[in-house]
Amino acid sequence: MAKLIAGVTTSHVPAIGAAFDNGKMDEPYWKRVFDGYLPSKKWLAETKPDVVILVYNDHASAFSLEVIPTFAIGCAEEFAPADEGWGPRPVPVVKGHPDLAWHIAQSCILDEFDMTIVNKMEVDHGLTVPLSLMCGKVQEWPFKVIPLCVNVIQYPPPTGNRCYNLGKAIRKAVESFDQDLKVVIFGTGGMSHQLQGPRAGLINKKFDNDFLDNFGPHPEKLIQIPHLEYVREAGSEGIEMVMWLIMRGALDQDVREVYRFYTVPASNTAVGHIILENKR
Amino acid sequence: MSKPDMEAFEDVPGTTLFNAQRSRQGYHLNMFCMSLMKAENRAAFKKDEKAYLAQFPMSEAQRNAILKRDWNEMIRLGGNIYYTSKLGATDGLSFQNLASLMTGTTQQEYADMMLKGGRPVDGNRSKSEWKNRG
Repeated sequence: MAKLIAGVTTSHVPAIGAAFDNGKMDEPYWKRVFDGYLPSKKWLAETKPDVVILVYNDHASAFSLEVIPTFAIGCAEEFAPADEGWGPRPVPVVKGHPDLAWHIAQSCILDEFDMTIVNKMEVDHGLTVPLSLMCGKVQEWPFKVIPLCVNVIQYPPPTGNRCYNLGKAIRKAVESFDQDLKVVIFGTGGMSHQLQGPRAGLINKKFDNDFLDNFGPHPEKLIQIPHLEYVREAGSEGIEMVMWLIMRGALDQDVREVYRFYTVPASNTAVGHIILENKR
Repeated sequence: MSKPDMEAFEDVPGTTLFNAQRSRQGYHLNMFCMSLMKAENRAAFKKDEKAYLAQFPMSEAQRNAILKRDWNEMIRLGGNIYYTSKLGATDGLSFQNLASLMTGTTQQEYADMMLKGGRPVDGNRSKSEWKNRG
């Protein structure tokens, strides 16, 4: 049977991707960010997942205002990097796992989470920046990836509680899949940041660190945070943190924190990153 | 929960929530930005901005905000930053460049503010705290 063994959360700042692609990784500003992921790269290389379920938000790349799915799961064989206005990132094509993706879609729908099934989709920095941070420069990604997009742009996005419960449904789905696969789930986005308007640049280290402190031991405190509190306290784009709760819901109540990293800034954003493992 | 309370968000200063009303108002502006994801469209837009914009049935105010690159005005008229940033990319501007323009600071001032830990949340939670701003 497939087993969901661990979760990773990380910010997915586009400028990190640009620094990575344009050879700026050794500049002190960016080195501070990339160095924070060195232990994580080692952890991932040792953990060797077969499949990563990667929760992120599409930033008006695959989806526009024409169709706005709240939860969309990528069931295709592969996903090409999107052109976000600068040309596609020079990273490998992302290979999917259609068998497991379809299984999760069916299982979640029957569990009353009405997923949108996507058979053709390009993936943007929300998905590829976490892969670059965790894998470095590679000829091909070392695992299959199931993209799971969450709408956090058009209001209202799903609640933290809903995301957390979707994580639980995903866990159930993975562990009822009859192939021996090691699965890791990534929840991406955040932490505090605001990209728009006269309040752009907002950072709230206290909010972020409280979130990190509670994330492993007390997720029940976080799932109650209303949208308004994210916007007010963590900036309009801080709402992305609800996606971390999908990752958290997919793990056991009792988890081991393997690693944590937090730095300000990467461009406009507070970078937060945490790795949790199920204990059993 | 039945009637969503979107009013409460309007108290957050310097922040525009992309709600249903703004999404409808900004639909064509945002879809214009979306079209700039294709290299050939970026080239066509750069060649003749007015002619390119004529394909999208948006308001004169929206059209002017785009031509003047008034980034805050675009958002006020229903633009969303993830869409307007595609116009930014077409102009060679990053999210951080756009943020400095929207906050009325130079790129250096904005980057320095971020390096010092960003804009603090204290004093920036409610419009009542911004009353005395010029």
